[in-house]
Amino acid sequence: MSTGAREEILGRIRSATADLPTQSPEVPRTYLRHAPDVDPADRETVLALFAERLEEYGATVYRAGPAGLVSTLAEVLPAGRVMVPTGFPIAWLTQWAGEALTEETTPLSRRQLDGLDAVLTTCAVAIAESGTVVLDTGPGQGRRAATLLPDLHVCVVRAGQVFSSMPEVIGSLDPLRPLTWISGPSATADIEMIRVPGVHGPRRLTVVLLLEEDQSRDAVG
Amino acid sequence: MSRTFVGWPAFPRAAAAATQDMQLRSNVTRATGTIRGKRAKLVTERPDWEDLRDSAAALKDEVLAHLDRYLLQAEEQVTAAGGTVHWARDAAEANRIVTELVRATGEREIVKVKSMLTEEIGLDNALEAAGISARETDLAAAIVQLGDDLPSHVVVPALHRNRGEIRDVFVREMGRHGRPAPQGLTDEPAQLAEAARLHLREKFLKAKVAVSGANFLVAETGTVVVVESEGNGRMCLTLADTLISVVGLEKAVPTWRDLEVFLQLLARNATGERMAPYTTTFTGVTPGDGPQRFHLVLVDNGRTRALADRVGRQALRCIRCGACMNICPVYERTGGHAYGSVYPGPIGAILNPLLKGPDDPQTASLPYASSLCGACNEVCPVRIRFTDVLLKLRHEVAEGDAKVKHPVEKAALDAVGAVMEHPAAWNAAVRAAGRVGPLMPRKRLPGPLRGWTDTRNVPEIPKESFRTWWKRTDGGTK
Ligand code: SF4
Repeated sequence: MSTGAREEILGRIRSATADLPTQSPEVPRTYLRHAPDVDPADRETVLALFAERLEEYGATVYRAGPAGLVSTLAEVLPAGRVMVPTGFPIAWLTQWAGEALTEETTPLSRRQLDGLDAVLTTCAVAIAESGTVVLDTGPGQGRRAATLLPDLHVCVVRAGQVFSSMPEVIGSLDPLRPLTWISGPSATADIEMIRVPGVHGPRRLTVVLLLEEDQSRDAVG
Repeated sequence: MSRTFVGWPAFPRAAAAATQDMQLRSNVTRATGTIRGKRAKLVTERPDWEDLRDSAAALKDEVLAHLDRYLLQAEEQVTAAGGTVHWARDAAEANRIVTELVRATGEREIVKVKSMLTEEIGLDNALEAAGISARETDLAAAIVQLGDDLPSHVVVPALHRNRGEIRDVFVREMGRHGRPAPQGLTDEPAQLAEAARLHLREKFLKAKVAVSGANFLVAETGTVVVVESEGNGRMCLTLADTLISVVGLEKAVPTWRDLEVFLQLLARNATGERMAPYTTTFTGVTPGDGPQRFHLVLVDNGRTRALADRVGRQALRCIRCGACMNICPVYERTGGHAYGSVYPGPIGAILNPLLKGPDDPQTASLPYASSLCGACNEVCPVRIRFTDVLLKLRHEVAEGDAKVKHPVEKAALDAVGAVMEHPAAWNAAVRAAGRVGPLMPRKRLPGPLRGWTDTRNVPEIPKESFRTWWKRTDGGTK
């Protein structure tokens, strides 16, 4: 590496900005801290917005309470080979008939991952306004390649992980971890600006929203 | 060798040719019309849109004012996280660094995530000269590459191509670079996307080296942010063993939290989505996950030149959302190629001369590639005052040290006049931008320009034909 380039560029920057005051004006931050027209304490509205936005972008959303989760997962998962990253609560899979693979002992090759029927994960946080789930490779989320190559991604989001908008979550995320912010399945608008779902990333995204006890009773039907 | 803009005719000649191409014009009009509609709808969802723009502009100004400090901070953080930082003064140095890094891996084929900077510096050609084939993986970038074409838009480089043309390119070219297009491929966008998926899947599963750009570089944490839709970005950023991110100096943002401003603006303004389907953020190397070798190449290539321009430096705030080209009545008529650069449209009209200096016939004509309607000012998420910068650059070309003078000016003004001859189109474009009246430069321009802006009338929404108006007022200066 040429230290000459580094010093020269820094020198160019310093002389280019020499006319500017050393103390910059304060950055205004008057934008909303939560989604427009949403009271972040109104959990039902936040969750409804999350589901609506996900569906708008082509994801499939299921709601389940703790009692119904096991059967919901059995319903939404294919009865094939599914990546279930270490740390995912295995107790949730007792009714599902497929084969769970982990990477606990050895990582799968790319071709093996590519050949799976689905990947099943939890998430770190979720954002209602933009219909976004954020993966931070924590427990139950796996490494990034494992959530990328299978064609179906099923993500269990606990209701308490859903916040109304981005400013509410960004401070809780650790930038030293690799983060994947997913807002709907893979898509492209590169042909005549028309949105086409499904290119390289998982072409189908299913979100299972795990509600607290009382919410699940309310949400029946 | 793939095509580059080197030797491209200056704006007047290129624009004149482009406006004769009815297919091109209809492709561009259709695509920009679609995206303008989507954007407008999503922007109204945010009552705090103007507040977000204020913050974004201020954050970028802060970073530019102390760019040395922020870049050193980023370097320290990336290094601490196991990455290696390189600095490149110009295109040649950046290309040399990347070529050497790829050579050291022994790989002959690498995958790329769309990056306007690597187009700007001509990286693909430099790699090709070293016997390395760099395959584009973004759908639009792949369309451009397969068709031996040139990018015409910063978000959708193949915006000038319609579905039928894309199909023909796929059928003709895919087989020469890997898996051929499926038999019986039609021009349905979904089928075309599927063909790209199959063609590129092979490459992703084998890729050992990837090259990316970045949308943002967080100085505080050394985090690189890549925003994309298709998942090709995730593939490249995740599957390769070695990742080389080539990043312009101006991509820095001060802190992690500042992403809440930029990520809320970018996709809304670029593609009319609340968030792009995928945003990846990573810091250096993560053991056991993703590339285990990470190189960050920081590229100047004229950015410090632009930074020294007191009026023009605001162009470095640009986050490449493309909204200024989608709204621009001149761009809509000429398409992106006429600008002779990977940065077309209003941002190209100011950024190219700032990066390269006004002293060449091509960049000298660009500040005239505008009708000064000001629609771009209204849509820019970082509040670039295009008209201020255009006027300043015009002044430089016309009266400054630049060797290229009035012949350029006159030819360029004629070209803009010719493409803007329909007042109906002009009015529609201005209305689409939400503008109701004439636009005045907000501040008076500094120094020798003051007298000029004081006496200058800014264009009214014309009642006469644009061409007549332009002639009568000498391009709005009378
Ligand atoms: S100049 Fe502004 S509107 Fe144009 S691409 Fe850059 S950020 Fe977007």
